[in-house]
Amino acid sequence: MIKLTDYMKAISGVNYTPALDLGSIELDGAYVCDMLSDVMGAAKPKQAWITIMKHLNVIAVASMTGIPVIVLSKGNVPEAGVVDKATEEGIALVSSPLATYDLAGILYQMLKG
Amino acid sequence: MADYWNIAPGMESALKECFTRDVEADVTLEFSIPEKDFNNAGKGSSEVKNLLKRLGVDSEVLRRIAVASYEAEINVAAHSIGGKMTSLIYDDRIHIKFEDKGPGIADIKQAMVPGFSTADDLVREFGFGAGLGLPNIEKNSDALHISSEAGHPTLVEFLIFFT
Ligand SMILES: Nc1ncnc2c1ncn2[C@@H]1O[C@H](COP(=O)(O)OP(=O)(O)OP(=O)(O)O)[C@@H](O)[C@H]1O
Ligand SMILES: [Mg+2]
Repeated sequence: MIKLTDYMKAISGVNYTPALDLGSIELDGAYVCDMLSDVMGAAKPKQAWITIMKHLNVIAVASMTGIPVIVLSKGNVPEAGVVDKATEEGIALVSSPLATYDLAGILYQMLKG
Repeated sequence: MADYWNIAPGMESALKECFTRDVEADVTLEFSIPEKDFNNAGKGSSEVKNLLKRLGVDSEVLRRIAVASYEAEINVAAHSIGGKMTSLIYDDRIHIKFEDKGPGIADIKQAMVPGFSTADDLVREFGFGAGLGLPNIEKNSDALHISSEAGHPTLVEFLIFFT
């Protein structure tokens, strides 16, 4: 298990939900996918969800599935309404300039390396 | 109308009975689901989830209810011309019904196959259309019933027990 805040440092992650307490979030893996139903069927709590999707439904999917944090790859910036929804639902929303391959690889290294 | 049931063997009559107890529900919540309104589709599931959380339902059970409900709600918005969601809460279970105004499902068995999807471009743009929603509903529910036919309304309803 690693702390989300340590992972964010490693990926130059920008926190779009500063109102939330990210210090208490721990990760034991990630799910990488842009198809929402696949995420709902396969992702588990304590996993980061790495995706390029950044519209409102993504927050609902994370909330329904029990995912604590969404990591947007390639510097994707969420719209204000999406940020508000994430804050309201208690889902951390982080953006990183890195591509999905690197985001997953770095997390894998930190957990298993 | 064609009917599809997924109920554990031996439980058929007991669980089918649970689908017909509407008047005995402790709480009934209704939400309308407009066609292709992806910004609002999900609100009903979200409210039900929040209510059950306050009632102290176990978090893993809550997750199953939330996923099944959200998938079914999105399906009404994505594939039908609109409909409604009715949640019936009892002390030991929830029964959620999704009734839309058509156009119906021609072959329910085929629709249940993982990967089968008729989602249009707009639906796919939103990240739906993997053909995994109905399988997710089946996987997460304790009993599932679908009733539909081409050119008719669709009913999708499921039961999930709290313990
Ligand atoms: N309420 C409905 N009315 C009409 N057709 C439906 C309805 N629900 C599902 N279907 C049909 O069943 C197919 C499979 O549904 P399913 O939820 O498994 O996948 P999907 O919605 O296409 O994609 P996903 O759920 O993975 O985003 C749909 O593509 C559609 O053809
Ligand atoms: Mg679906």
